[in-house]
Amino acid sequence: MSEPRLIEISPVTRVEGHGKVTIHLDAEGAVDEARLHIVEFRGFERFIRGRLLWEVPVIVQRLCGICPVSHHLAAAKAMDMIVGVDELPPTAEKMRRLMHYGQVMQSHVLHFFHLASPDLLFGFQAPAEKRNIFEVIAEQPELGRRAILMRKFGQDIIEATAGKKIHGTGAIPGGINRNLPIETRDALLAQLGDMETWAQDALALVRDYTLTNLDLVRGFAAFDSSYLSLVRTGDGALDLYHGNLRAVDAEGGMIFDQADYTRYHELLVEDVRSWSYMKFPFIRSLGPGEGWYRVGPLARMNAVDFIDTPLAEAARQKLLAQNHGMPQHAVLANHWARLIEVLHCVEKIRTLLHDPDLQGTDLVATGTRRQEGIGVIEAPRGNLIHHYEVDENDQVTYCNLIVSTTHNNEGLNRAVKAVAVRALSHQPTITEGMLNEVEVAIRAYDPCLSCATHALGQMPLIVEIMDAAGTVIDHRTKDS
Amino acid sequence: MSAFRFTIDGVEIAAEEGQTIMEAADEAGVYIPRLCDHEGLRHQGSCRVCTVKSDGRSVAACTQPAAPGLVVENESAHITKLRRDLVEMLFHEGNHLCPICEASGNCELQAMAYRLDMTEPTKFPYLEPCRAVDASHPDIALDTNRCIACGRCIRASLDVDGKGVFGYIGRGIHRRVSVNGDNLADTDAAITDFAISNEVCPVGCIIRKREGFATPIGEREFDKALIGQDIEAKRDD
Repeated sequence: MSEPRLIEISPVTRVEGHGKVTIHLDAEGAVDEARLHIVEFRGFERFIRGRLLWEVPVIVQRLCGICPVSHHLAAAKAMDMIVGVDELPPTAEKMRRLMHYGQVMQSHVLHFFHLASPDLLFGFQAPAEKRNIFEVIAEQPELGRRAILMRKFGQDIIEATAGKKIHGTGAIPGGINRNLPIETRDALLAQLGDMETWAQDALALVRDYTLTNLDLVRGFAAFDSSYLSLVRTGDGALDLYHGNLRAVDAEGGMIFDQADYTRYHELLVEDVRSWSYMKFPFIRSLGPGEGWYRVGPLARMNAVDFIDTPLAEAARQKLLAQNHGMPQHAVLANHWARLIEVLHCVEKIRTLLHDPDLQGTDLVATGTRRQEGIGVIEAPRGNLIHHYEVDENDQVTYCNLIVSTTHNNEGLNRAVKAVAVRALSHQPTITEGMLNEVEVAIRAYDPCLSCATHALGQMPLIVEIMDAAGTVIDHRTKDS
Repeated sequence: MSAFRFTIDGVEIAAEEGQTIMEAADEAGVYIPRLCDHEGLRHQGSCRVCTVKSDGRSVAACTQPAAPGLVVENESAHITKLRRDLVEMLFHEGNHLCPICEASGNCELQAMAYRLDMTEPTKFPYLEPCRAVDASHPDIALDTNRCIACGRCIRASLDVDGKGVFGYIGRGIHRRVSVNGDNLADTDAAITDFAISNEVCPVGCIIRKREGFATPIGEREFDKALIGQDIEAKRDD
């Protein structure tokens, strides 16, 4: 190897949105630098200005087709604050929670089965034509059937609460526009037994995979970091819909705890780098060098004190036992954490469906108008922040969005580099399978690059190899 | 007043002297598509969506008087195509982003597109207007990017409310609805005006503040039936 090289993986596949990876190799063939680039820009934060406040939850959910409910609800929470509503009627809050649990469930199921499971079931370096959901269905038809029906169940919950499976209109400022009819409730309840069994089986599958491949999991893009999540006010339990901000360090020590999320801009800073449209947030008190952190299912397992549903909490204890009760840092453990949350959502959905408040008729509260609103939620991929200012005419004048994948930007880049060093350094030939290992690391975060840049699209991957002078010398592109 | 009969698409219609083709058709349960015409407002005949062939001549059914023995063609393939093109041009003239519009499901333009099988507007170039939303009034906002210049608000405000809040400005393709002042807050518009009621503006241009998206999907007017089916339900056969 006499000359430095640049590898480009473009597009990254089986993730949401468009991105590319560039890997710089030095003259000896060692990985010098590796980056995940988000190369799209959509500008939601700009063009939402001038729109009317009650339109916002409906408009911004169009950021994404995978987890629009997260944006819908985060924006609705911000608008609750603007219309002066600090406490929703019980029916409204519970309908929104039901919508959110359905959303997290279907998104996690989609990610695990449709996007990630081919890597785990067939191996990272299996032939590319093998690594897709259709091969999973062909080889394990029952698993494939459950994947489709579990996702459908989550989507049915969304439809029951928002009117449509994708991009509905359920949450409005100060409340919700519908309750849950008894017949719809009963139709959902009839499926819950299967959902719980299947969630437990899927959880066992990923747990067993992790324990069987412990060395791989512990050595694959595993590095310490801090973690950020909402936790329930008071007791620090997992709460995907509402709570206060908590950040823990790599040993589980508190960086800040039970912080009111409307102070997020005092706690977090968004850094900008020239080569990506995705920002790099960091914890202000730790500075740009040490202040990066991760969010998402694993971050939540690490940050919360407990889960308030028994099956999911027992599963969480098993996950944490792998690191003696300390935070679990292995990036592939995200899959385990994700399936724990699927089980948690099923348990929560069961409790909510038995709650008569869902048939209540007090749907909307009113209050005294404010100029500013901040809504924070734990989306499937992690913490999600929506911040708006609205003028006296009800028109938006300012918008700032920090989405889960943006929180994870530094972690994603470090994971790309860690795997590139492991798989590509000093290799005379770069194979497609090696490049897939880079994608496996990216995929573990379940990134939504569309949301991160507020951009729309399928998720292609580009890998470029550059020489030391920055000239592209090799290039691989994957179509979406 | 003398009674007479004429036919629409071969169906015999009873009419009385002074009735328009559309009035007689409505009473008989025959729907003729329309956008600028609305019950309780004087006829204007400007949108041309109600165009029919009357004894072979193209006329606006909302303004053309019915006459004994007329042979009217309403839902032929030729006329439906003309109507679809007219509706499609309205989509191209404005910014009709149904997925984020609070009128979606209650919008007569959207409902007409569904009735006429307009699956997507693709034939003509988009004009992409970029007009600022007028949200100056405490209870009402105007997004004229969605205006189809039907003039229903003009007639409602002038003839029913006795105010004249709205009027046309410009000519030809630039003709559009404006308010009688620098902005809506300068006018005497009130949320209780008939012109501001949900039934007058057929699209999402006149916005009653803080009411958007309160009706769930599935319960909006055109979630339940195609536009015009309320009239067709009156038909005997």
